[in-house]
Amino acid sequence: MQATSSQAGRVEIRGLSKWFGPILAVDNVSFQVEQGEVLGFLGPNGAGKSTTMKMVTGFVGPSSGTAVVCGHDVTEEPLAAKEKIGYLPEGAPAYPDMTPEAFLNFIADVRGMKGEHRRKRIGEVVERVHIGGVLRQPIETLSKGFKRRVGLAQAILHDPRVLIMDEPTDGLDPNQKHEVRALIREMAPGKVIILSTHILEEVEAVCTRAVVIARGRIVADGTPEQLQARSRFHNAVRITFRGAGVTAADAGGELSKLAGVASVERRTEGVKDGSLCFMALPKRGHPIVAEVGQHARARGWQIDELHVETGRLDDVFREITANNSKA
Amino acid sequence: MLKGLGPILKRELAGYFITPVAYVFIVIFLLLTGVFTFQLGGFFERGQADLRPFFDYHPWLYLFLIPAISMRLWAEERKGGTIELLMTLPISQGAAVVGKFLAAWIFAGIALALTFPLWITVNYLGKPDNGAIAAGYLGSFLMAGGFLAIGACVSAMTRSQVIAFVVSVVLCFGFLISGFPPVVDFFSGWAPRTVVDAIAGFSFMTHFQAISKGVIELRDLVFFASLIVVFMVATSVVIDLKKAQ
Repeated sequence: MQATSSQAGRVEIRGLSKWFGPILAVDNVSFQVEQGEVLGFLGPNGAGKSTTMKMVTGFVGPSSGTAVVCGHDVTEEPLAAKEKIGYLPEGAPAYPDMTPEAFLNFIADVRGMKGEHRRKRIGEVVERVHIGGVLRQPIETLSKGFKRRVGLAQAILHDPRVLIMDEPTDGLDPNQKHEVRALIREMAPGKVIILSTHILEEVEAVCTRAVVIARGRIVADGTPEQLQARSRFHNAVRITFRGAGVTAADAGGELSKLAGVASVERRTEGVKDGSLCFMALPKRGHPIVAEVGQHARARGWQIDELHVETGRLDDVFREITANNSKA
Repeated sequence: MLKGLGPILKRELAGYFITPVAYVFIVIFLLLTGVFTFQLGGFFERGQADLRPFFDYHPWLYLFLIPAISMRLWAEERKGGTIELLMTLPISQGAAVVGKFLAAWIFAGIALALTFPLWITVNYLGKPDNGAIAAGYLGSFLMAGGFLAIGACVSAMTRSQVIAFVVSVVLCFGFLISGFPPVVDFFSGWAPRTVVDAIAGFSFMTHFQAISKGVIELRDLVFFASLIVVFMVATSVVIDLKKAQ
C-alpha cells in the first residue's frame, strides 16, 4: 500500500461517519480520488461537505471510518498526512494582525521549508495569486478577495500532493473567480484536488468529477456530463416555428405523439406573436432532435429555432438533493 | 512529540509586539508596580533595602493582568476560525498548546524583567539581600506561569475573550485565596482535615510567599510546575472536545 501510493497522489475515503451528539452529520461516505482529478464536492448547506473535509484534513476526528492520504491514514499518522495536504478552510481564515508576508513565512516555518527553495516558493505563490501589492499590509485590512488569495497562497505554498479547498471562490468577483479556476486547472495534472462548492457553474468549469452529498450521504458520483444526463431536460428539444393555421393545441398534440417524445410543454415567454414554442422532453434521455425536425419539415412549419438542451446541473442537483431530503 | 513548537512560539511571541497590546500591557504593568511599591507599599517610608513591598502586590496585580494576556490565546483562534488552519498544519497539538503558553510566559517574563530599575534603585540606596530578590523574581515568574496556564485552559473553552477573562479572574482568585483563613475556616468546620489541608495547599499565595522570602523549597517549585503541566494537559483535552464547535 505504502510503496505504490507514495508515488502518486491519492485520497481514499473509507466509510467516514460523524455524529454530533444525536445528529448523524456524515453517514458512511466512501470514495477515492486519483492524481489529476478535480473533484467537486456538492451539496446543500449543512449536507456534511465541510465536516467531511474537516475529517480528511485531520481537524475533526471521525466517529468511524478513516481517510488515507497518499498512503497515510489520518487517524493513525496525522502529521504525515497533513504534510501531504494543502488546505483552504471555509472562509480562508488567517491571522488578522499578521501581514501576508509574515503569514506565509510562518507557514513556511511550519512546513520546514528552508533557504533558497523557501524564498523561491514564496515568490512563486505570491505571483500566482497576485498578492504582491499587499504583502506588507495587515491581513485584517485586506478585501475579501485578497484574504481569499492569501488563504490560497498558504494552501499551495509547499506544492502539496493533495489540495483540499472549502468553497475556494466564495465571495470573489467574477474576474477573481475566473483566475482562481484557471489556477486550479493549471495545477490539476500533478495533484489530487477536492473542492466543495455550491456554485454549479464552477463544477462545469473546473471539475472532472462531481460527488453530490445530501443529508450526509452520497447521492450521486460521476462526471459533470453524466450528472447533466440525469436531467429530464437532457436532450430535450426546444422548437420555435411559425405554422400557417396550426393551433397550439394541435401542434403540441402532434409532437407528443412522436415515438421518442415523452411529453411536450408549451413555452410562451419571450416568444414573438405568431410563433409557437414547445419544449419536447425525450424518453430516457434519448436524442429526439432528428425526429422533431423531420416532423416539422413534413408539416411545412417554418422553424425559427431548434435547440437541443444538455440539461442543467442545477435541475439535477435540486432533483437529487430534494428527493433525498424527503426520504 | 512537539513538532512545530519553534514556529508556533516564534509567531505567538512576535504577535504580541506587532500590535499595541504588548506595549500597553508593559506600560500598565510597570505603572501599577510603581504605584503599588511606592504609594501603597511605602517603599521609602519603610527604610529597608529590600523589594518586599514590590513583590507583595504581585499576586493581586497578576490576578487582573495575567488573564488579560491569556484570554486571547485560544478564544481568538476559535472566533477567527484560524484554529482550523492551525490544527490542520503538520504540527502536534502539544506543540500548539505548549508554544502558545510559553510565548505568553516569556512575554510576562519580559514585562517582569523590565522592572529592573527597582532592583538598581534598591541596590543604590542600600545593601539588599540580592539572593532574596532573585528568589522573589523566580517566585513571581512561576506564579505568573500558574495563572497563565489556568487562563489558557479557560480561553480554550470559549470563543469569547470577555468570558475567558472574567472566568479566569474568578478561577485565579480562588487559587489565590484558598489558603486564607476565611476559606480554610469555612471548610474546616465540616470537611476532613486532609481535604482542608489540600485546599489550603493549592494557595498560590502560600507558595509564592514561601519562595519570595528567599527560601526556595522543592515542594513550592513542584507545586507550580505540576500545576502548569496539569492545566496544559487540560487545555489540550478541552481543545479536542471543543475545536469543532
